[in-house]
Amino acid sequence: MKGIIGKKIGMTSIFSPDGKQTACTIIEAGPCVVTQVKTKESDGYNALQLAFGDKKEKHATKAEANHFSKAQTAAKRFVKEFRDFSIEKALGETITAEIFAEGDQVEVVGNTKGKGFQGVVKRHGFHGVGEASHGQHDRQRAPGSLGNSSDASRVMKGMRMAGRMGNERVKMKGLKVLKIFPDKNYILVSGSVPGHNGSIVFIQK
Amino acid sequence: MNAVAFVHEQLTPKREFPKFKAGDNVTVNYKIVEGNKERIQSFKGDVIKRQGQGTTQTFTVRKISDGVGVERTFPLFSPNIDTIVLNKAGKVRRAKLYFLRERSGKSARIKEKKRAVIAK
Repeated sequence: MKGIIGKKIGMTSIFSPDGKQTACTIIEAGPCVVTQVKTKESDGYNALQLAFGDKKEKHATKAEANHFSKAQTAAKRFVKEFRDFSIEKALGETITAEIFAEGDQVEVVGNTKGKGFQGVVKRHGFHGVGEASHGQHDRQRAPGSLGNSSDASRVMKGMRMAGRMGNERVKMKGLKVLKIFPDKNYILVSGSVPGHNGSIVFIQK
Repeated sequence: MNAVAFVHEQLTPKREFPKFKAGDNVTVNYKIVEGNKERIQSFKGDVIKRQGQGTTQTFTVRKISDGVGVERTFPLFSPNIDTIVLNKAGKVRRAKLYFLRERSGKSARIKEKKRAVIAK
């Protein structure tokens, strides 16, 4: 596996030579610093810890500052571990968008936009009552019955109801790398990725 | 420069189109692939809007075909657009000419701009 931490910039679309327009997302990926190398002998598994995005020194705790100083880098905002990294990297080395090639299929992981407290129509795709007449009043988007009557006398576990929606970790699979701009660290990925503009995403393959 | 504008600049091929805006009469020559043959179809009408920026700009052309209003939206930088010919520069007071949809006949005409420079 290989991966990188990035920031979602926004969406646009590009044309292929035969005139097809493809929606794509611009991600500012890396450069990431390797802040720890975990090995089977010392930690029980192989992984690389990457860090991305600067933060002010005064905002770093002493533990963080010391940890980053081992990799001889300034304090970073985001840290993420990638297991079984397929590229050999040593402590303090950087990883850029160029670990991917155009045409690669990648996965993008991120947190979706928070939607707040939502009803069942939006949250679970219920159809609502569907009619405004025939005795229905003020309950067009209501969930309806929650289940059985006296036999059971309780609501079954897992019954879908209204509640908090969004802000979940989601992995988008099978996205294609359309274009890479190495000097700007931009990666163009086909389709959409979770989260709002400016949110942190992980691109992995 | 923001990232979207940068990507547009990098990926948009340089193309020469006449300067046109809403109210102008244009002919769009559009490539159509039928099976493995390619031919060019032209669509002539009034531009009723231009929308978007950078690579994703589109414009909408409206014409009356056999008494029926037909509108077609083209992506400006689509590789399928062969040429755009500016026939007439129109004199209009707004950027989006949706009011033409409710009009027909004489009142749906657009005044021609006098002394307009039309590159042939």
